[in-house]
Amino acid sequence: MSLPLLDIRGLAVTIPTRDGEQAAVSNVDFTIDRGEVVGLVGESGSGKSLSMLAVMGLLPRHLHVSGSIRFDGVEICGAPERQMRSLRGRRIAMVFQDPMTALNPVKTIGAQISEMIRLHNPKLGRAEVKERALALLESVAIPAPERRFDQYPHEFSGGMRQRVVIAIAIANDPELLIADEPTTALDVTIQAQIMEIFARLRAERGMAVVLITHDLGLVAGLADRMSVLYAGRVAERGPVGPVFTAPRHPYTAGLLAAVPSIDDVAERLYAIPGTPPSLGARPPGCAFAPRCDFAVPLCRMSEPALLRFGSAVVACHRAEELSLGDLPRKEA
Amino acid sequence: MLFSPPARTIQRPRPRLSASIGRAFRRLGWAHLPVIFALVVLVGLVIIAITIPWWTPYDPIGLAGRRLQPPSAAHWLGTDALGRDVLVRTLYGARYSLPIAAGVLLVAVSLGVLVGALAGFLGGLVDNVLMRLADITLAFPPVLLAMAIAASLGPGLVNTALALIIVWWPIYARLMRAQVLNVRKLDHVDAAIVAGVRPGRLLVRHIMPLCWSPIFVNMTMDVGQVILLAAGLSFIGLGAQPPTPEWGQMIAEGASNFYCWWIALGPGMAIFLVSLSSNFLGDALRDVADPRGRQ
Amino acid sequence: MLKVVLRRLLVMPFLLLGIVTATFLLAQFTKGNPLISIIGARNLDNAEIVAAAKARWGLDGSVPERYATYVWNLAHGDLGTSFRTKQPVLTDLAQRLPATLELVICAMFVGAVGGIVLAIVSAEFKDSFADHLARLVALLGSCLPVFWLGLIALFLFTVQTKLLPGPGRLDIRAVAPPTVTGFMLVDTLLAGNWSAFVDALRHLILPALVLGWSVMGIITRMVRASMLDVLGQDYITMARAKGAGRLRVLIHHALANALIPALTILGFTFAYLITGSVLVETIFSWPGIGSYAVDAARSLDYPAITGVTIIGGLGFLLANLLTDIAYAAADPRMREAG
Repeated sequence: MSLPLLDIRGLAVTIPTRDGEQAAVSNVDFTIDRGEVVGLVGESGSGKSLSMLAVMGLLPRHLHVSGSIRFDGVEICGAPERQMRSLRGRRIAMVFQDPMTALNPVKTIGAQISEMIRLHNPKLGRAEVKERALALLESVAIPAPERRFDQYPHEFSGGMRQRVVIAIAIANDPELLIADEPTTALDVTIQAQIMEIFARLRAERGMAVVLITHDLGLVAGLADRMSVLYAGRVAERGPVGPVFTAPRHPYTAGLLAAVPSIDDVAERLYAIPGTPPSLGARPPGCAFAPRCDFAVPLCRMSEPALLRFGSAVVACHRAEELSLGDLPRKEA
Repeated sequence: MLFSPPARTIQRPRPRLSASIGRAFRRLGWAHLPVIFALVVLVGLVIIAITIPWWTPYDPIGLAGRRLQPPSAAHWLGTDALGRDVLVRTLYGARYSLPIAAGVLLVAVSLGVLVGALAGFLGGLVDNVLMRLADITLAFPPVLLAMAIAASLGPGLVNTALALIIVWWPIYARLMRAQVLNVRKLDHVDAAIVAGVRPGRLLVRHIMPLCWSPIFVNMTMDVGQVILLAAGLSFIGLGAQPPTPEWGQMIAEGASNFYCWWIALGPGMAIFLVSLSSNFLGDALRDVADPRGRQ
Repeated sequence: MLKVVLRRLLVMPFLLLGIVTATFLLAQFTKGNPLISIIGARNLDNAEIVAAAKARWGLDGSVPERYATYVWNLAHGDLGTSFRTKQPVLTDLAQRLPATLELVICAMFVGAVGGIVLAIVSAEFKDSFADHLARLVALLGSCLPVFWLGLIALFLFTVQTKLLPGPGRLDIRAVAPPTVTGFMLVDTLLAGNWSAFVDALRHLILPALVLGWSVMGIITRMVRASMLDVLGQDYITMARAKGAGRLRVLIHHALANALIPALTILGFTFAYLITGSVLVETIFSWPGIGSYAVDAARSLDYPAITGVTIIGGLGFLLANLLTDIAYAAADPRMREAG
């Protein structure tokens, strides 16, 4: 088997607070191969965005990152800024959550796309850059790119802006695209169009996509594998099919149960009770235990290790005995 | 029970400036160095200004030694062209500059707050007339207005103070008006109106108590500005007249004895220290009053 | 945008009339007898000379009459005649305006460049030693009295070290170039007099630095605050994710946005510069409007002082108008609106 494109081992991100360093992400492993789409799933604050910002080397300076991040076989965790800069935008690109704030309000769309091209192809002539920028706008299905080129972000709708953000991200044919909740801020029909673009880009350009989301529907539609994070740790990881049909972690099962399905419109949706632990208020034992319907005393005492079960890896003491495939849609 | 005012059900948000100051002081640390510095300077100067007549070694306007002597053990900051001790004169200067700053701000803020509160509360014609008056005053560059006023009223400390009051009141009128308009929108004001609170009482008891924070912050910051401008007017000969030991006036004396650098050193440092302290204190006060704006 | 500017333009005449009225009323309060400065104290008893002087300077007549004459004259660009120089105030001001403008523009340049650099450093390295140092440097400028700073600077650089020339715009022995624009830097170049240009530049350094430093404080404070705001925005992270270098992100992306809200202090800065230039010109014997105003105020030359005040007020109004226009023009979201 060839080397994975991105190979994260034992990643930890700690945040200094008044009560000392608090781990926001700890011991996270994550891999993605070329051309693969992997969903990174979890509630907000679960550490999914932090992990990926760590890959980009874009975390604020006061956060401390440790562990190993190998991109195409090269260690980039703690790599010098110069090395990271040549990776960012060229080999690893990012699509941000909120298209309303991700574009610079005082620069034209054209200037913002051109910047991305020019930063990594300094020898390209002005005309060539513009030509490529227009082609990119076209490839994300923006009508009348010539006219749109000289407009400012405020003249674009949310969906159109997200297309521009994607166009910028793919400008240099990156090998890895990190999409951080790319459709959360958009309405449903636009969501579908954006996901369509991702699917097409993947097919056409063969780029690997990390899809950060809390929407399992998106994962089901696009991803090959998925990783579920809870409170900064991996809860469950495996191929999308088996995890969806037979989740082994009660948290995964809860998330799945919370997805509306066409079959049972009338029933009430399942909601996981409680909220994730806040930073520094992590309970001993399994972090999910306080919200878990299946917790036993052991869960509150010792933290479960990640163990392999079939094609998936799960961090749950009761993974073996529980059968959670048909948990969904119980009385709420 | 029947007569209990319904306004009770909605709590008036309490002004939390004083409570927050206490909390801030409990966590004294490096970050509070500027505040400590400012308090030491200002409190020290006030004490000196009050007590200096009892312990001064020299008369501030009388001969203290030979003329134009550089700093020495007998005259720490030297003597000026008339043989007066510069340090003693500088310390005496606090008896002029500090009261002027305090007086100017007290009157300007009272006037501004009154005008602003009325304009914001009454609205309509009153608002229009009062605010256009403020606009016209604000349309002058402050120093020119102060100069024109001082020139037409004649030079002197009292007239300088009057000029500074005219320069500063509209700033506070605008600030207060904006505050009143903001506070009026709060729920407890509506509740008070529904409860039948009379307009005067509404303004004084329910609206104005919530308007003070930015006024206090600005006032603290402006102490330095007032002292700077007052000294500037004295420096160009429109404020305090000789032999008054006023700081700006003393710097002017230093300027005419250009080679004796020590004459202007004391008063210059004094103005600088007070102005710096007022900035430090104002900054700290603003952080306490509005933690969101802390940067 | 057009709406805001139009509204400003519409109220300008009213504000101007307010300014004029205020200065006129102020002059009526004058305690000192301006006749002294015209004809001298000795002639005050001579009824003939007094009457002639009163007639000539428009001091007779009732208050409303004088007000009407005053406004009428002003509307025709006649600011009256200076008691002291015996010249029309407008002529005096026109002669002295370039010197002040030259000083103020250079000081604004010093203040803006210095303030923006300090703000960038302190925002980028927030809460570090560099941040505290940059803020302190800026704060010192606005807390040190400019007239004292000018004095100290003159003493250190011209008396002690002799690095820079003393007061004035040119060396006393130098022959001034023919006045074309009134800007010494321009006129010396137009005359092809290179050594005079260098001399003028050297004379400008101290007053411009002193005045520039005094406005650096407010500029730094404002730009720093809006830089900190902007640096937390998504598009900054996005720019870094593109692979842009830190400096490019700071200047090209952050500063371009941060300067827009900071533009609002342009008018405010102008007021500071006027205050400063009055005092700095006095210290540096700079033949500009500031020192003219001081001389006028000292000698109770009230046509001159009201003239300066009116022109200053007009300048202030224009500065505010310019602020609005610049603010609207800088922000693409504002450009089409209205």
